[in-house]
Amino acid sequence: MTKDEIKKAIVAQILTIAPEIDEGEIDPRANLQRSLEIDSFDFLKILTALNEVWGVEVPEADYGKVDTLEHMTEYFAERV
Amino acid sequence: MSAFVMPSLGADMESAVLMEWKVQEGDRVEKGDVIAEVETSKGVIEIEVFESGTVEKLLVAPETECAVGTPMAMIRAEGEAASEQVKPEVEETPLIEEKPAAAAKPAEPTTPESSKAETAPEAGRLKASPAARKRAEALGVELSALTPDAAGVIHLMQVEGSSVSTPEPPKAEVRKAPEPSAMRQAIAAAMSRANAEIPHYYLSTPINMTPALAWLEKQNAERPISKRILPAALMIRAVVKGLQEVPELNGFWEKGEQRVSEAIHPGIAIALRKGGLITPALLDAQKMDLEATMAALSDLITRTRAGKLRGAEMTQQTVTITNLGDLGVERVYGVIYPPQVSLVGLGRIADAPWAEGDALSVRKVMHATLAGDHRATDGRTGALFLERLDYFLQHPEELL
Repeated sequence: MTKDEIKKAIVAQILTIAPEIDEGEIDPRANLQRSLEIDSFDFLKILTALNEVWGVEVPEADYGKVDTLEHMTEYFAERV
Repeated sequence: MSAFVMPSLGADMESAVLMEWKVQEGDRVEKGDVIAEVETSKGVIEIEVFESGTVEKLLVAPETECAVGTPMAMIRAEGEAASEQVKPEVEETPLIEEKPAAAAKPAEPTTPESSKAETAPEAGRLKASPAARKRAEALGVELSALTPDAAGVIHLMQVEGSSVSTPEPPKAEVRKAPEPSAMRQAIAAAMSRANAEIPHYYLSTPINMTPALAWLEKQNAERPISKRILPAALMIRAVVKGLQEVPELNGFWEKGEQRVSEAIHPGIAIALRKGGLITPALLDAQKMDLEATMAALSDLITRTRAGKLRGAEMTQQTVTITNLGDLGVERVYGVIYPPQVSLVGLGRIADAPWAEGDALSVRKVMHATLAGDHRATDGRTGALFLERLDYFLQHPEELL
């Protein structure tokens, strides 16, 4: 899977869980939770959904490595 | 025989539109069963029956707007004779069947939105609830001008919220300020009453969250991601345990006296993405362990955002918990929702200097506040509660 495909899959999950977000609003370098007003509950839902797709669990200790879209893409790219 | 009436789903509610019956005439119902779905300004709510028995008659057809207190169905209690009037079964006008046509033709081609489909090509047909269509018609609002909810459906909430966006003839130079949405008005009414009637007192205490968060992280490391527990669930559980020890804060102030509730139904403040706030009850939280609290919270948030709450969840709150931590504020000084007598506010968890003995270190610190109704309790009671809350968060293993 290419990074681009991974990024697209992540964006798709974000838009499913927080449907009011416009794709154009997602700044790849901004903190996802703060910039998109995603609360911890929805953030966990996104990670749970991605785990179902790729079977990769993000431990809580790694939350700092998936804080932005860019970081999250890299994180999964290394593991998928 | 007794009448099932449209329940009040909040002090501000005057009426709701019956959307769908979940039972048929002749069905047996148990107290607490969902009998119908109604649409209010706060979304679609499932309403429950208050007594067990048999549905003798449905008195109202779907799409009817019913004022609070309107008889909607007749329920025959167990042991009661089949019917006081034995004969009418057949000859009585079957109200429900009178207008099945209205409900059965959802895709009426003459409705204005079918022509709108051209202007919104990717949206296709506009989905709107019956109540929303009705109200939109009454207000002269174009459904196509409204923003549907997450599921792409326009509800009453959206129609009422933007009834002012009706395109006015251009001659009108004067612009009216937008009327507040139904939900805004509901919040305004309840909060005005709270501030006018309730003599609030406020207490605040910093809590060292480092031990609880470290403990939770350890717990979560052993759990699959789908069973992970959020700090919010841990804190709700701690509040519930604290309330069990200081029950005076859990209940109501009504008619000049205090009524303590044995069951703890904390209203959890949940922000809606489109704005507004709902505080549905986490029913019988005192019966839940930590895992059950998380599961129930997750279910409640999901259903709140999808507009699928139950009547009991809208009306049974015995206390309110507001967690504005996600927004990054340090302390929450909340307004009590009458007739409740307290509100627990939880601020953000942030690194802060923490003195312990003669050492100064950095810890994860959260400020917990309590807004109390001074008619029902005194500051001492509130302080005792915050002390117990702190205790449980220092001993998270007792929260399992």
